Amino acid sequence: MEDVREVLAIKNLSKHYGGTLAVDDISFSVAQNEIVGLLGPNGAGKTTTISMILAVLEPTCGEIGITGIDLARGRKAALKKANFSAVYAPLPGNLTVWQNLRVFGLIYGVPDLTQRIQEVVEEFDLESFRNTKCGLLSSGEQTRVSLAKAMLNKPELLLLDEPTASLDPATARDVRTQIRRVASGGRMGVLWTSHNMYEVEEVCDRVLFLSHGKILLEGDPRLLPAQHGKESLEELFVAVAREPLGLRVA
Amino acid sequence: MSFASTAAIVLRQFYLMRGSSARIVPLFAWVAIDIVLWGFMTRYLNSISSTRVNFVPSLLGAVLLWDFFGRVMFGVTMAFLEDVWSRNFLNMFASPVTIGDYVAGLVLSSMMTTCVGLLAMILIAGAVFGLSLFSYGIALLPFLLVLFLFGIAMGIVATAIVLRCGPAAEWFIWPLPAIISPFVSVFYPLSTLPHWMQWVARLLPPSYIFESLRAIVQGRDPWWAGLALSGLLAMGYILLAGFTFSEVFRFALRRGLIARYSAESVS
Repeated sequence: MEDVREVLAIKNLSKHYGGTLAVDDISFSVAQNEIVGLLGPNGAGKTTTISMILAVLEPTCGEIGITGIDLARGRKAALKKANFSAVYAPLPGNLTVWQNLRVFGLIYGVPDLTQRIQEVVEEFDLESFRNTKCGLLSSGEQTRVSLAKAMLNKPELLLLDEPTASLDPATARDVRTQIRRVASGGRMGVLWTSHNMYEVEEVCDRVLFLSHGKILLEGDPRLLPAQHGKESLEELFVAVAREPLGLRVA
Repeated sequence: MSFASTAAIVLRQFYLMRGSSARIVPLFAWVAIDIVLWGFMTRYLNSISSTRVNFVPSLLGAVLLWDFFGRVMFGVTMAFLEDVWSRNFLNMFASPVTIGDYVAGLVLSSMMTTCVGLLAMILIAGAVFGLSLFSYGIALLPFLLVLFLFGIAMGIVATAIVLRCGPAAEWFIWPLPAIISPFVSVFYPLSTLPHWMQWVARLLPPSYIFESLRAIVQGRDPWWAGLALSGLLAMGYILLAGFTFSEVFRFALRRGLIARYSAESVS
């Protein structure tokens, strides 16, 4: 099917809700060691796209391949190679950090689970919270737990939906650094959504601008603004959000 | 099927139980209250009855078996509702867990919690009111098996209702045993019911259990043919419930309900 270096391959993906077109025939890929930003205004179709990649939303048409495995035919095998962290999906607050990681480690079939949990706990600086219920942690700490769960199975595809949305700038920077380090060190590719353009410029190798369910622009976040006559990525984002048809190519 | 994924669902439930007395006490408190209440009721009926009928094995035994059914059913739904209450739908269903793994985990969790409730009921009913389940003889095995299977089936259907209609629909499932109980003739012979209710009763496996229980108490043989039929019916309900859950899950995937419930519960 896809080139094995592509950890995610989306082909002609669409989602209709009745008469509403949430995602409109999009195609893109994420390669190993690549961080791709999925950007766009609210309602552009980012979370719908991520939900389809996570197999919690069935596409109307199109194909999703994760590390070469067709998600529609091999859901379990494909999802074993992926993981995610999203601000709207915290881990159960009534279990401790360790308990949550053990439960999800079993679900993802992580080998040498106890040792792996210890590794991610150290990696995300959660040692002092290992026996604390997740619901008692601050937003930043909960995000780190969610990221630790997302890294448990050493995924080849990591989906991050606004991972730093609820974090203070210092913690957000630490989280970005951690993800960047992990992403550059292995076979992992990352699909990252964010509304923080500074963050996107710092972290992403490539960005995709979604508007009304379509991919409008694609390219290097450090070069794209100039190519479209804008001063900054944020200015370009605003232009995409307000007047997507008025964009000019420099 | 993945044993590890199923074990994870059971382990999650074990962690929750171990860390919360508020979850452990209800496992036996309500059934214990039921047994005590009906135990004294049967004693009173025995004292005023001129027929020398012992109401303990018929009424109290019926209460115990019906509570067993309820515990099995709610064991499944409670394990599922933990994911609803903790906003865990997305984490759970975006993982490699399959529907089979997940439902198997719910069923095993229910078996774990039901054992606690059943033990409490047997101890109280035996020690305080002299009820021995062994007085039903070998028929006790099909009694428990059929009620267990039907409880699992109803539990799976109840989870499908919540998955289809949303977290607020949990209030639809609590009264389910109370709605079923008049039809399955827990406390009175099937012939007491109006004709149309008897037809409904014949489609429900517990009806055959309670008819057999009364037959044994009256010194007759259990209704073996009825018990065999109830076993087949219960298996049919399990298959139907599994199919229903699977179809509702597919519907939820098409409509984006899983992602929506997670988003809704945050706001």
